[in-house]
Amino acid sequence: MKTAVVVFPGSNCDRDMQVALRRASGQEPVMLWHKDTAIPAGIDLIALPGGFSFGDYLRCGAIASRSPIMRAVADFAAKGGFVLGVCNGFQVLVETGLLPGVLMRNATLKFVCRTVALTVEETQSGYTNEYSKGEHITLPVAHHDGCYVADDAVLKQLEDQNRIALKYAEAVNGSQRDIAGILSENRRVLGMMPHPERAEDPALGNTDGARMFSGLVSQALSA
Amino acid sequence: MKARVHVTLKPGVLDPQGAAIGQALGTSGFEGVTAVRQGKVFEIEMADTDAATAEAQVDEMCRKLLANTVIENYDISIEG
Repeated sequence: MKTAVVVFPGSNCDRDMQVALRRASGQEPVMLWHKDTAIPAGIDLIALPGGFSFGDYLRCGAIASRSPIMRAVADFAAKGGFVLGVCNGFQVLVETGLLPGVLMRNATLKFVCRTVALTVEETQSGYTNEYSKGEHITLPVAHHDGCYVADDAVLKQLEDQNRIALKYAEAVNGSQRDIAGILSENRRVLGMMPHPERAEDPALGNTDGARMFSGLVSQALSA
Repeated sequence: MKARVHVTLKPGVLDPQGAAIGQALGTSGFEGVTAVRQGKVFEIEMADTDAATAEAQVDEMCRKLLANTVIENYDISIEG
């Protein structure tokens, strides 16, 4: 699997993502800069990392979503490419319109930085095919704006189409329906607030995120 | 020419920051505050054009960047 990681000014999980993708795929990820305008040929997955792109100015993810590279990422997604947005990457995906809804300030108004309990709600995707439905996992979160909000019609559509990939199994940020991660209609784009790239190395004490990357690799190899 | 844009949360969208500010006003001794909603104001300096063209331009700015219409409404006023 060939992968790429987009780096925005203010990204701070790009190197962690690079390490996770390198380990899972056995290939060196391509690091793309926000001013780049094209995705190199043969890329299977683009990751949008966590961080505080452009200082969260205007709205979190808003400025990054209007950067040149995101037009290329949108084209890549439209052609069925895998796009994973984690934390700030999720915020960029909703601001780009690649996923519905919006991520607002946590209902508690507090920055939440801890490991949280999650339920895998949906396994029919490249990201979650190595988990079992209803499985409880734990992953770290670190965000101030992770409260997922969408109107009732969007929430119903996400549920009806089994596009809610991950839910919080405890109170974290006030997200509607406890949503922690959602899929696009073609199930190739995943946005999630928790950080799987911070839980894929045994040395870090938690490997619950590793199967997300190994699942992607096996899906990309079989495609 | 100057445009002023008010961006506010749509009714019904939870505004915990506004609620916290309302609470702080109460503890600051301001009685009778029943609700606070927080928003944003943009002041945009533009090359002179007619008001209708300017308003159309700013409306597009709002839809494309200044507001997230999933959760926010916007209001434009063109000055001088």
